[in-house]
Amino acid sequence: MTAPATTVTPPTATTALLAASGLHKTYGSTAALAGADLSVRAGEVVAVMGPSGSGKSTLLHCLAGIVPPDSGTVHYRQQEMSSMSDAERSALRRRDFGFVFQFGQLVPELTCTENVALPLRLAGAKRRAAEERATHWLERLEVEDVRHHRPGQISGGQGQRVAIARALVGDPSVIFADEPTGALDSLNGERVMDLLTDSAKESRTAVVLVTHEARVAAYSDREIVVRDGSARDMAALA
Amino acid sequence: MSISHTLLGLLEAGPRHGYDLKRAFDERFGHDRQLHYGQVYSTMSRLLKNGLVEVDGVEAGGGPERKRYAITDAGVTDVQTWLTTPEKPEPYLQSTLYTKVVLAMLTGRDAGELLDTQRAEHLRLMRDLTRRKKGGDLADQLICDHALFHLEADLRWLETAGSRLEKLAKEVLA
Amino acid sequence: MSGTRTEPRAADGAAEAEAGGTPGSGPDSRTAHDPARRPSLRGWFDDIAMGLRFAFGGGREGWLRTCLTSVGVGVGVAVLLFAASVPHMMEAQDARKASWTPTSTFQEEPRKSDQTLLSDTANTEFRGESVRGRILDPDGEQPPVPAGLEAIPEPGEVVVSPKLRELLRSSEGDLLKPRVPGEITGTISKEGLAGPQELAFYAGSDDLTSDTASRVDGYGPQEGESQPLPAALMLLIVVACVVLLLPVGAFIAAAVRFGGERRDRRLAALRLTGADTRMTRRIAAGEAAGGSLLGLAVGGVFFLLLRESATAVRVQGLSLYSSDLLPHPGLTALLAIAVPGCAIAVTLLALRGVVIEPLGVVRQTPTRKRRLWWRVLPMLLGVALLLPYLGGFAEGETQSDVDTFQLAAAVVLILVGVTALLPWLVESVVRRTRGGPVALQLAVRRLQLDSGTSARAVSGVTVAIAGAIALQVLFGAVQEDETTLSGGPRFDSQLLVSTPAQEHATAEALRADLDRSQGVRETIALTSSFAIPADAGPDGMEDSVTVGDCASLRTLAKIDSCEPGDTFVVTDSDPGATPKPGTTYAMDDPAGDAKSGDKGRAERWKLPEDARPVSSHQAHDDFSVTSGILTTPEAVDDTRLTQGYSDVHVRTDPGNEDTTEHVRNTAARFSMAADTFNQTDTRVSQEFAAIKRGIYAASAALLLLIGASLTISTLEQLRERKRLLSVLVAFGTRRSTLGWSVFWQNAIPILLGVALAAATGVGLGLLLLQLAGVPMSVDWLAIGGLASLGGLLILLVTLLSAPVLWRMMRPDGLRTE
Repeated sequence: MTAPATTVTPPTATTALLAASGLHKTYGSTAALAGADLSVRAGEVVAVMGPSGSGKSTLLHCLAGIVPPDSGTVHYRQQEMSSMSDAERSALRRRDFGFVFQFGQLVPELTCTENVALPLRLAGAKRRAAEERATHWLERLEVEDVRHHRPGQISGGQGQRVAIARALVGDPSVIFADEPTGALDSLNGERVMDLLTDSAKESRTAVVLVTHEARVAAYSDREIVVRDGSARDMAALA
Repeated sequence: MSISHTLLGLLEAGPRHGYDLKRAFDERFGHDRQLHYGQVYSTMSRLLKNGLVEVDGVEAGGGPERKRYAITDAGVTDVQTWLTTPEKPEPYLQSTLYTKVVLAMLTGRDAGELLDTQRAEHLRLMRDLTRRKKGGDLADQLICDHALFHLEADLRWLETAGSRLEKLAKEVLA
Repeated sequence: MSGTRTEPRAADGAAEAEAGGTPGSGPDSRTAHDPARRPSLRGWFDDIAMGLRFAFGGGREGWLRTCLTSVGVGVGVAVLLFAASVPHMMEAQDARKASWTPTSTFQEEPRKSDQTLLSDTANTEFRGESVRGRILDPDGEQPPVPAGLEAIPEPGEVVVSPKLRELLRSSEGDLLKPRVPGEITGTISKEGLAGPQELAFYAGSDDLTSDTASRVDGYGPQEGESQPLPAALMLLIVVACVVLLLPVGAFIAAAVRFGGERRDRRLAALRLTGADTRMTRRIAAGEAAGGSLLGLAVGGVFFLLLRESATAVRVQGLSLYSSDLLPHPGLTALLAIAVPGCAIAVTLLALRGVVIEPLGVVRQTPTRKRRLWWRVLPMLLGVALLLPYLGGFAEGETQSDVDTFQLAAAVVLILVGVTALLPWLVESVVRRTRGGPVALQLAVRRLQLDSGTSARAVSGVTVAIAGAIALQVLFGAVQEDETTLSGGPRFDSQLLVSTPAQEHATAEALRADLDRSQGVRETIALTSSFAIPADAGPDGMEDSVTVGDCASLRTLAKIDSCEPGDTFVVTDSDPGATPKPGTTYAMDDPAGDAKSGDKGRAERWKLPEDARPVSSHQAHDDFSVTSGILTTPEAVDDTRLTQGYSDVHVRTDPGNEDTTEHVRNTAARFSMAADTFNQTDTRVSQEFAAIKRGIYAASAALLLLIGASLTISTLEQLRERKRLLSVLVAFGTRRSTLGWSVFWQNAIPILLGVALAAATGVGLGLLLLQLAGVPMSVDWLAIGGLASLGGLLILLVTLLSAPVLWRMMRPDGLRTE
């Protein structure tokens, strides 16, 4: 394992790839985020834990620019995201971010290869080139044998691997993973986490990993706990 | 579980004599096994010798005369260190952690902080185990897994306890 | 086929075995006495009742679904009720029409008596609407009174229909007043009118003569004279009915399936609580029956509401009393049974490809290709049914009952064939499609997985368009056939006023009046009659004699010099038929009884020797004079010609509609017997145009209906994919990409459907034209119009679903808590 075991201190705002401060977000009358801070360095795996309803998913959505926070800032490579237009943020997500969700993320009509190629195609790549790269990533994640199958025809574990291949295919700087093993048994979940973190480390991709499982969080370099809408960096305590 | 730290912690709330201490300990922590008088007095004499408590006075009551113990500054520091140092993550920590949480509450310290520290320590060990598991053979993996599952269970307990701190505080301080 | 049948059976067995193990979980526990575990009748009713409860008690969402279904079914049912009212409507109208039609029309004229009257028609047209006018002159004290009148109006008095009274009162009616001869003293009652919107009047008179008027002794249906429909017209009607009703069926089928996806999920939940597969099917059937029963009621209400407003509609001068719209009891009963029956059948059919498991719904993805052979069968069968008639109907031949059924069956089969063919076509086209932008790829892949749903929805459009195009081809051809009737002298006229008079002076007088009429630019007057050569026998050939001034004659033939008193002979016909100058003609004696006898032949007229030969304009040889004598009025005593009529051709200022009405008024003032014809557009083609407009309107309405159901299914699909859409947004998919994919997803089946429809429609139309013996012609512009309606539909569905798509594309769908 190449990753140093001592990367435990939180990065400063200038060294951070992604830095959020003072995030507030309210849905209806419930405050999902109330002044959360968080920063992510290039290439590190950060686990975001916390009880359900604590706002971890909302934090992930704000960090990824999917949801604009009510107040507070998110900087990606020193660039303020809330000042970007919706189209710019979409383009950023296509180009620099990858996503893995718990379930229901693969387009059921497309084959696995096409699903993996989708982000590249959305970014304007040619079909053939995109599908070649997709096949390569399916091989890396050891699911090349289902590349012509549709998501309905493969197992949950295979589906998550396809989803990870899709997240990695565009060579993103950050992968946002929201409970990526939530629907898997522990063995499958471990395998998926191994593949995700190994691949991410190899390509120096940072991973923001939302999970409620400690064993999954154990794959991270650093742990953030979200409680009542604010985030706590546990690195400072250890 | 450290009885001496527990008794010290109980003293931090105010001077008590030995019998009081035993009763307080039994009430709070002696769920499955009550503290023996001898244990109280031998612990107290050890703490006296180490300068962590001092004799506050002697009460002459109806029965035998009783020494009142009070915690010293060194004692307070000792409690502080004990509470803030995470336990080595290992199975069956609950009673120790519980004792720590209650004592933290009784002494006006931040119990949540204590739990978070412990939690970070647990996760650190889990990270190590996960890493070791990756490089190891099947036997290693199985051993690591055993530890990981136990640690995970502890961690869940820590989370659950953390979310019930307020309720516990009410009971403890009632 | 059999493969898919057995599979669910096997699943049934397994499910039942499972359910049997759990006490009280299935109907089986209730029917313990039945070793074959066939559900009892009681169990059936219970299941269906449960379905009904779901239909009406499913919470807000359940209600919404039931409402959508019932409104959809209701619209269809209302249309079908109107269709079922057609027989009674026609009967009632025919009966009323008969009550004022003289029995003598097709019989020998009765003798003049106390119980007869003279009747002359004074029909006219006002701004495209026909006005039925009749002038009555009683012979005695007890004349037969036509239905709707209390008595024969006195001379100078007029009894009018309510609509005509209204029209005459309005300022618009001023232009019509001169043609209504007399003072309005009464109103024609309902029994005497075809419909509430009919324009009609009866005028009293005392100066009709039996020359122009006919003698009437009673009114009523004509014995044995019911006129069979001409074959071509019958074809039109059969095709029109099929075309309009089939899509309604398709729409009802689609409406019954609104919200099907949610229903399936609810059924899965029922399976979890212990229902077996058959029970869920019965429950689904009950639910569908519930929606369609409510739909029947809604349809009935729609029908009653629309029936009242139907009285305000006037098409082709035809209008209806609401009492005419009485659905045929047999057809209504059929409808009441067939609609819920079809709803259940459609539901069960839809569930055939679906296995409802306790934990969800498994759609059996069609791994086998759709087969082509049985899908072409209906079409081939339909064509085969038409083949025996390919020689064409004989001229004037009418249909027999067998023919009608065979034709209807053929047309239905061919149009239904389109429906069967479309899913195959969509599938095979989509299967071959690769590449293209992401949006197209998403749409194509979606269709590859399930093209049936959209193909089914579109098939309604396809039937409608195919049928409309077939009708269009038919009408187009028939219309061309009919419009060639107009013709005449080489004079670019818009109107022709014709009056029975052989004296050219009458024509000139009428012409003088018309020249003063508002908006008239130029006129010519021609009086046509015949003369019999004196040496010919009783069967001798007549020569036509056309009288007019030089300018008018020049419109008929190439005449160089012409002065009053000149006579010409048209030479370009068969030389034997060309009148020879110097021939002597026998002339009628104006003093004697013109029609009766030899003594009238005393007067003679000699065709002058200097009658110059001329050739006619060949351009209009239908009605123009190609043979005979052309003469100036000075050269002949035209009071002695026989069977003459005077035509005044009128050229008007363009762009003034009222000119026509002024000319009609002038003509009517001149003589009630003068008829005015519109030359630019024959009445027949106007009627066809109106029918065509009607078909367009109906097709458009159907397209809208189908658009609504497509939109609903698109929305349902979007809602089902809420989470997936949010995920796609998360990794940066542009909204436009997803918008386009929705567009393509609807566009591909619709475009294919329209193409198939156009091909089938043109083919069917041409085939039917063969039958009707009319030359082929296709109005591509009109077909293009219908096809672009399809395109419009795609846009409409995409636009309507866009707001929901936009809303779905918010990240809320990612939130699982």
